[in-house]
Amino acid sequence: MNKVLKRRFLEQILVMFGREPKKPAVQSERAVRMHELKRMTNKAGLQAAQDAHRAHQEHSHKWRNRRWATLLFANLLFVVSFYFDIQVLEGALTASRFVGFHLIDLNSALQVMLAHKHIINNLLIGTGTVLVLWVLLGGRTFCSWVCPYHLLAEITERLHLTLVKKKLVTDQTIDRRLRSVFWVIFAVLAIATGYTVFEAISPTGIVSRALIYGPGLAMLWVLALLVFEIFFSRRAWCRYACPIGLTYGVVGIISPLRVKYTLEGCFHEGDCRKVCLVPHVLDTVIKGRAVDTEVPIGPDCTRCGLCVDTCPTGSLKFEVKGLAKLL
Amino acid sequence: MSDTRAPLSKERQQQARRRVLRTILLTGGVLGAAVSGYLPLAYAKKQRLRPPGALDEKDFLASCIKCGQCVQVCPVQAIKLADLVDGFGVGTPYIDAREQACDFSCDAVQCILACPTGSLTYHKPAFLPVRAGAPLAAKPVLLAKEKDAEPTLNLAERIGVARLTRPESCLAIQGKGFKGQARGADFKGELRYMDVDRWKPIKVADHPYDAELCDLCVRACPIKGAISIETVFAPDGSQRKSPVVHEPCVGCGVCEMICPTEPASIEIIPGEGWRA
Repeated sequence: MNKVLKRRFLEQILVMFGREPKKPAVQSERAVRMHELKRMTNKAGLQAAQDAHRAHQEHSHKWRNRRWATLLFANLLFVVSFYFDIQVLEGALTASRFVGFHLIDLNSALQVMLAHKHIINNLLIGTGTVLVLWVLLGGRTFCSWVCPYHLLAEITERLHLTLVKKKLVTDQTIDRRLRSVFWVIFAVLAIATGYTVFEAISPTGIVSRALIYGPGLAMLWVLALLVFEIFFSRRAWCRYACPIGLTYGVVGIISPLRVKYTLEGCFHEGDCRKVCLVPHVLDTVIKGRAVDTEVPIGPDCTRCGLCVDTCPTGSLKFEVKGLAKLL
Repeated sequence: MSDTRAPLSKERQQQARRRVLRTILLTGGVLGAAVSGYLPLAYAKKQRLRPPGALDEKDFLASCIKCGQCVQVCPVQAIKLADLVDGFGVGTPYIDAREQACDFSCDAVQCILACPTGSLTYHKPAFLPVRAGAPLAAKPVLLAKEKDAEPTLNLAERIGVARLTRPESCLAIQGKGFKGQARGADFKGELRYMDVDRWKPIKVADHPYDAELCDLCVRACPIKGAISIETVFAPDGSQRKSPVVHEPCVGCGVCEMICPTEPASIEIIPGEGWRA
């Protein structure tokens, strides 16, 4: 990793905690040169190239379909496992056993450890396994590829976007630092009161248990969140509130699996930022912002692949760091 | 620093102010909802029956990760998960003994084995307090495996104690017998009957009783020496037969479930300790 990328890497961690992305202070020479070249390009020629691209653009849903299939498979495996008593994946998303191996959600485990202040072996084993798993798979990959609330919110997001298009509602943005504040508040509450209060309102846990053990009134809270997101603020829970997302985001800092941006072919049209749950990680695609010719996307990225699907030029691609070198 | 920046336009200022307001709104909403999560602590004094091996209520609420693995392993589905209005903590397990008690038909307290966080535990860590009267004098002997090499259940504490809370309605005290389905034909609860099937619990409704003097609680009790019918003296000095609970009672709730009177004459007092 060169100096400018290292700097961006650290900045992206701050961005995850809620800082607004800024114009980069330093850029690599080759990036500066490429930005310069892009500025000098004949406008009409560029427009023609863009139009040609648009005309031949395939609307792919490859990654979304794979992701939804994975998400449904994982959640239904819990349901099927209990319903038919086949004991493949027992428990719920907060803690489970996959053919006997303990798996424990990192945020739930953290809440329990902070509240109970006593850690038994099973808890440690389950948490360790899941930690390694998500370090390898990308941290917030959990959010978009496993969390059942994410899928519900993704569906209701369409409703929100339709209403926005009809000018019936506007997306009311909220300060992203709030998520970090919530994370700290819930951690302190767990330590101070000895009760895992976040688990009581965690829509991930509530929806997961509702699927497996049948829905309860706690789903009303989930419904309230979805209504808030439809009429008031786009994807508010995942963007501004959920401490689970931040926990997995921190795990994803060192993950080798990520989306990589290539500056060269990008037309800077911003389609990717429109579909992104966390558009602040894609600030690098704005004209003149990329600090290098190839920029890995930061840890707050959920690796959902919507940008990869939507990019007309293939400038955003999944990448496993170091894999290319190995092969 | 601020003087080097261009002053914000009126509109921008207003937008920023609204954003702050919205941020406060969401903060308040989420924290408000979170406060509802504390209801179980407020209700913590109101005891509820947790699965066997449960830590004391406060520690239980602290350590339960709400995954329901205990629910999944229970062969008679005695364990249920609490909902929002129950005030027991959303997603925490409890047993409604009257509907379906724990009859240990799993033989080994599987729910404890399933628990990933030690909320249900065979061995309580030393730093946790022990309720007065909670420790069992000896490992309880499970009647179903009395003849096995290892007849005991790995339980160190009781989750409650059975008490004859309504002696006036108890059939035995009235000298009455009982014939028929203990809880009626529609009752869905299950129990393991050794004389029917060693491993498979069947519906209580499919196992009618015929007792000259009602002793269903004694017949159904899965623990050796936990309950018996004894001769007692009523306040007026007359001799009566009555179920009497003994020290080995673990608080499983089978007696409460099987009791044919409505409401049950004998009940489990959750979290209660043994008093001689």
